[in-house]
Amino acid sequence: MKDFATLFTRVDQTTKTTRKVSALADFFETAAPSDRLWCIALFSGRRPRRVITTSLLREWASERAGIPLWLFEESYPIVGDLAETISLVLPAGEPAEDKPLTFWIERLAELSRADEDTRKAGILEAWEGQDRTERLLFTKLLTGGFRVGVSQKLMTRALSQATGQEEALLTHKLMGSWTPETTTWERLIEAEDPSADLSRPYPFYLAYQLEEGDDLGPATDWFAERKWDGIRGQLILRGGEHHLWSRGEELMTDRFPEFARLIDYLPEGTVIDGEVLAFQDERPLPFNALQKRIGRKTVPKKLLIESPVVLMAYDLLEEAGRDVRDQPFADRRARLDALVAQAPAEAPVRLSPNVSAEDWESLAETRAESRDFNAEGLMLKRRDSPYLSGRKKGDWWKWKVDPLTIDAVMIYAQQGSGRRANLFTDFTFAVHDGDTLVPFTKAYSGLTDAEFRRITQWVRKNTVQRFGPVRQVTPTHVFEIAFEGIQESPRHKSGVALRFPRMARWRHDKPVAEANTLEDLKEMLRMYG
Amino acid sequence: MADVLTFTDRGIYCPAADIHIDPWRPVDRALITHGHADHARPGMGRYLCTEGSAPVMRHRLGEIDVETVRYGERVTIGGATFSFHPAGHVPGSAQIRVEVGGEVWVVSGDYKTVGDGLSEPFEPVRCHAFITECTFGLPVFTWTALPALRAQINDWWRANAAEGRACILGAYSLGKAQRLLHDLDPEIGPILTHGAVENTNAVLREQGLALPETIRVEPETRGKDHPGAMVIAPPSALGSAWARRFPNSSTGFASGWMALRGVRRRRAADRGFIVSDHADWPGLNAAIAETGAERIFVTHGYTSIFRRWLEEQGYDAKIVETDYEGESLDDAGDQEAA
Ligand SMILES: [Zn+2]
Ligand SMILES: [Zn+2]
Repeated sequence: MKDFATLFTRVDQTTKTTRKVSALADFFETAAPSDRLWCIALFSGRRPRRVITTSLLREWASERAGIPLWLFEESYPIVGDLAETISLVLPAGEPAEDKPLTFWIERLAELSRADEDTRKAGILEAWEGQDRTERLLFTKLLTGGFRVGVSQKLMTRALSQATGQEEALLTHKLMGSWTPETTTWERLIEAEDPSADLSRPYPFYLAYQLEEGDDLGPATDWFAERKWDGIRGQLILRGGEHHLWSRGEELMTDRFPEFARLIDYLPEGTVIDGEVLAFQDERPLPFNALQKRIGRKTVPKKLLIESPVVLMAYDLLEEAGRDVRDQPFADRRARLDALVAQAPAEAPVRLSPNVSAEDWESLAETRAESRDFNAEGLMLKRRDSPYLSGRKKGDWWKWKVDPLTIDAVMIYAQQGSGRRANLFTDFTFAVHDGDTLVPFTKAYSGLTDAEFRRITQWVRKNTVQRFGPVRQVTPTHVFEIAFEGIQESPRHKSGVALRFPRMARWRHDKPVAEANTLEDLKEMLRMYG
Repeated sequence: MADVLTFTDRGIYCPAADIHIDPWRPVDRALITHGHADHARPGMGRYLCTEGSAPVMRHRLGEIDVETVRYGERVTIGGATFSFHPAGHVPGSAQIRVEVGGEVWVVSGDYKTVGDGLSEPFEPVRCHAFITECTFGLPVFTWTALPALRAQINDWWRANAAEGRACILGAYSLGKAQRLLHDLDPEIGPILTHGAVENTNAVLREQGLALPETIRVEPETRGKDHPGAMVIAPPSALGSAWARRFPNSSTGFASGWMALRGVRRRRAADRGFIVSDHADWPGLNAAIAETGAERIFVTHGYTSIFRRWLEEQGYDAKIVETDYEGESLDDAGDQEAA
């Protein structure tokens, strides 16, 4: 695994993409085909099946390190990564003979069939012979989550350099539900016909955020629709079957069984880009209705009735088995309109309404009404644009409504983890309720590094009490908390839960007495909940 | 028996001698462990420190009334006897031993137990009570051994120099910068220093420390006139306008925090070298064990966790709130504490 460790180190040790790409390309040229395939799999989130529970790993690692389990558990959130914590606490071992990446993956599969004592011995033996980087990588194979600063895009570019194939073609080849157990390097990368796989999705086109001052030219060049607050999904109807992909390239078909009916209502060879929304009485339900469905692989009947979903269709990528992504958006949309119009009302598909306007003032008014529709703002799509892949600036824009805000008092602070381990970054905020301060949300982001450093210094000097890692601080600082939505929550003391809370501003100008009240929060709940 | 030392809102206080150790508010008489900004502060009536710490303190604090002692020399003030012992943290740094009526307490200031080739090596001092920091008081912190560290830094420098790139290494100006200078192989190329580092170099050279030849970066200094250079600068200079004179360069940080991948990635440097002037986990534990102390006071760092660990090891451990700071990656210019 030394070559894989070297690749990891080279990628990890630079912030320059060209150097990352050349490290990857070197690996794709020199490693064994099965190691190359595993490398692609790991860097694109396809990890081997978890064979050992993380609680056992923690136990074994602390035992080997000679520390109590609680101390391991306290260290883990500070490091922020389980595999890294394990690699750091284990004492240095005796170097053993180098084995390829695939060997270790197969060794793990072998151990998964053994009894617990054998597994433990096998893992400890592996750790003993590895250096710190190898341990980190090997343990990551066990725990999953191979995020190493290599995007799919970078990896595809490196593969393109190493194989001479075009990036777009490779992107398509890498999508879908393959795993290294079900395919080979030859079949996945070198074979000719990628469309053989009927479930294979198209790469998603991603929109950019519209900023103040961006000039998009005449409003009439743009098609406008609501920005729905659901899950982006690509519905594929091919070969008499249906598949639903998430933007994260996850197959969600089984989570939303109602879409099976669309096979009867839409023609064969159709691929639609849209938003999966919990939807009832012709309007979207609040996001938490959909949230109930996201977490589960299979859906009980009760939930199907409580939180029914539709696909809010907004683009057509394949028509009658033909890739139409290079057609102008206006044409694709017209064809989509015609397709969806054929489907009856009971079919779980809707057309995302066209809210285009002649001028920007009218669009701004439409955008301002977004919350009434449980929408996050507007999407603007250039009428004559093709469907590109990835995030490319220019043709699709999201124009979000301004967030809701409230001024709150910081009352608890906790140290961050991982990249922010030496700073206080996790805060709890409160609003006034008579003489007391009622906590209502936590927030972690939104401040600059310099502000985090300042607040860290302050927290150290103004700790009133400690509860484990949490410090209660003297109520002194007021922050403007921005959030996207608010809903009732009996689980919280304040009775409300916020969606995407973050620190928008440090209100140095506001004394604690001027922070908002619980009554203000409840008023927001009445208006926007 | 009354405590030999107490903890007040001005600093660590010795009632028997009516003096403070490393106070953070102005007091009449202060004993100072070392010259870093969080330990040696301005505004004290009189200072007492080691011969090795005094020049840097004068450099940082200007006109001050300083008395110096040699390591191991005994000084009696009121009813207490004091002596200073090497802490291995930076050149001149000391642990302060306080004895009152046969009871011995040690204020360790900042310390590290592994040699850096430049600072006087840490010397364990037997005591009844030991006051220690624990910036790196977690089992995930183990420093790279000195030979491996030197190889890592010099290999990085050599590889970049071969491609005509400069290396900019971020390290705080007093202590870390000089020990790194000492670790460099001057055969590889020229060594340039940021003004804040070079000012401290001058003070230390003056007191007889052997440092390799360095070139001060002046306003008109251009990176291309010094191909393959190693540039040592305070962490805050990296990524600043100052660093733009070296457009073709690789960046690195030298800090104990570099043991955590996440921290290194937040700083967006190419390389992170795991090196600190504070004790790592094995160092803290070994140092505490060697004092033979039963009572331990932890001042700053992962105090709650470390205290619990010490309690389980059978010590009587307490947390005391102080104004000292651990190794920070974010200090600017000469304001740095460590
Ligand atoms: Zn220090
Ligand atoms: Zn310090």
